[in-house]
Amino acid sequence: MAVLVIAEYDEAGIKGGSLSAITAAQELGAGDIDLLIVNQDCAAAGEAAARVPGIARVRVADDALYGTALAEPLAALVVSLAGDYSHIVLAHTTFGRNIAPRIAALLDIVQVSDIMEVKSADTFVRPIYAGNALATVQSKDEKLLITVRATAFAKADADGGTAIIEPVAVAGDPALSSFVGQDLTKSERPELTAARIVISGGRGMQSGENFAMIENVADKLGAAIGASRAAVDAGFKPNDFQVGQTGKVVAPELYIAVGISGAIQHLAGMKDSKVIVAINKDEEAPIFQIADYGLVGDLFKALPELDQELEKQGVKPR
Amino acid sequence: MKVLVAVKRVIDYNVKVRVKGDNTGVETANVKMSMNPFDEIAVEEAIRLQEAGTVSEVVVVSMGEAKCSETIRTALAMGADRGIHVLTDAELQPLAVAKLFKTIVDREQPDLVILGKQAIDDDCSQTGQMLAAILGWPQGTFASKVEFADGKALVTREVDGGSETLSLTMPAVVTTDLRLNEPRYASLPNIMKAKKKQIDQLTPEELGVDVTPRLVTLRVDEPPPRQGGGKVADIAELVDKLKNEAGVI
Ligand SMILES: Cc1cc2nc3c(=O)[nH]c(=O)nc-3n(C[C@H](O)[C@H](O)[C@H](O)COP(=O)(O)OP(=O)(O)OC[C@H]3O[C@@H](n4cnc5c(N)ncnc54)[C@H](O)[C@@H]3O)c2cc1C
Ligand SMILES: Nc1ncnc2c1ncn2[C@@H]1O[C@H](COP(=O)(O)O)[C@@H](O)[C@H]1O
Repeated sequence: MAVLVIAEYDEAGIKGGSLSAITAAQELGAGDIDLLIVNQDCAAAGEAAARVPGIARVRVADDALYGTALAEPLAALVVSLAGDYSHIVLAHTTFGRNIAPRIAALLDIVQVSDIMEVKSADTFVRPIYAGNALATVQSKDEKLLITVRATAFAKADADGGTAIIEPVAVAGDPALSSFVGQDLTKSERPELTAARIVISGGRGMQSGENFAMIENVADKLGAAIGASRAAVDAGFKPNDFQVGQTGKVVAPELYIAVGISGAIQHLAGMKDSKVIVAINKDEEAPIFQIADYGLVGDLFKALPELDQELEKQGVKPR
Repeated sequence: MKVLVAVKRVIDYNVKVRVKGDNTGVETANVKMSMNPFDEIAVEEAIRLQEAGTVSEVVVVSMGEAKCSETIRTALAMGADRGIHVLTDAELQPLAVAKLFKTIVDREQPDLVILGKQAIDDDCSQTGQMLAAILGWPQGTFASKVEFADGKALVTREVDGGSETLSLTMPAVVTTDLRLNEPRYASLPNIMKAKKKQIDQLTPEELGVDVTPRLVTLRVDEPPPRQGGGKVADIAELVDKLKNEAGVI
């Protein structure tokens, strides 16, 4: 049998989360790995996918029906291809989370969500209870649907391969949903889940305007900006900035938490960062228990100081 | 319009969960249990639709042990009309829950089913999408806004890049995200009233669904502990340590 990885991409190529999913797919040791690229006008993405080393085939489903990633036609398409595969693998992004369970239920197989480790082709480690426990689970099903925690797997190389590219036939339109519009956050900064450094603000920031202080520091570090749920709920930042159990999971080399108390749900999204810095005026704040470098103090003083010190030391984005 | 709402009984989100000594699961004895927070949001949304006159009846459904009836009562006290309890002590996994839900949808014929986007115990984020699949209905997951017009549901969804809006044919499945609404607390009179509301009890056997887990938990472990607690005196020391000790800037 073989493994199908459903890949996400952008202008820069196959997305990091999908490259991590490819690594997980390789660890399954379950045979050839095919990639599925599905969208409208996605021929170039298909070519990018074919350069990923170690891929057997890139299957490209290029049709207007798939242009807005609606779950119903996408799931129908994947089900039409599923006969060839023992495993179907996606990144545990909002895209993956949306369509994977739909595919699994149509195939009457279980889904293993958010895996952090591949033990064998049917056994995986995954977080439960906001990562406060790790469950080792084994599937009894012949076919398996898996979503992958990107931070737990290295990114596969994106260049050097020469896979064959094959078109895939459209699988029919369930005509249950249609796309109305979107409001995507535009930013020049690195993407939150891909950034080497992340600086996040919490309720302690007091307003969206005050995030300008975080932006100054982020500019000097080449960092992405994140937020706690409280900061998002208060409207300081849009929902896609939320780091945590129910937001994005990040594991950068450096995570700076500013005015964030360190609730379990927030820690779930960042505690695997390599180095953690916390700036908080409450020395009892739980965030300090996991911080490598804690600074007890007022953020409104600390952030401008940090900005100046980085300037003084000539720190530049790497 | 009739709405079915899923409410799962989970360990309260404030509890620091501990792994059992024998690594078979997590400690649940004497631990505070609550309604899954995303399901509170689901109940709230249904009740608001009812208050707005869009919805005529709100039926809440919980599946699991006997005490799930308490979770149903909480939803009834918030304002739901009646409850259905699928009683079982078996471990229920998302695919089985979705199949049980399908049988209840067949009986109740709702126009809309609202579930949470994720149960904060298993963190699967699967059940709503699975239910939509086996019903052959559209899905509006991770909803931050839901409106109804011309026989369609307009669902705004929180996605990795921001948000998007879909139009769904009815009937439909919606799963809630955090920003959909802020759930109310039940008032004392409503808690009293809820005691008289009807809860029907069914079993997986009566519903003809085999709920045997297909994903076997071999063991449960504590995550590796993180060594934290380090402090710096000021910003100069912080920047110095980040540069010269950690080497990350
Ligand atoms: C179902 C569910 C899912 C959730 N998912 C997430 C999630 O994915 N991500 C997430 O982050 N949360 C999540 N939460 C919320 C979580 O429980 C916390 O409520 C939230 O993380 C708190 O955010 P905060 O730390 O910014 O705010 P608070 O807990 O209010 O902390 C603010 C901190 O700022 C400090 N502070 C204030 N002023 C200053 C100052 N001038 N200088 C320095 N420090 C200052 C305070 O000392 C305090 O520690 C979830 C909750 C639930 C129930
Ligand atoms: N045993 C259950 N009883 C009622 N609702 C459930 C149950 N299990 C899951 N759900 C619903 O499905 C949602 C997603 O759960 P999950 O797929 O496990 O993350 C929850 O928020 C509930 O709305």
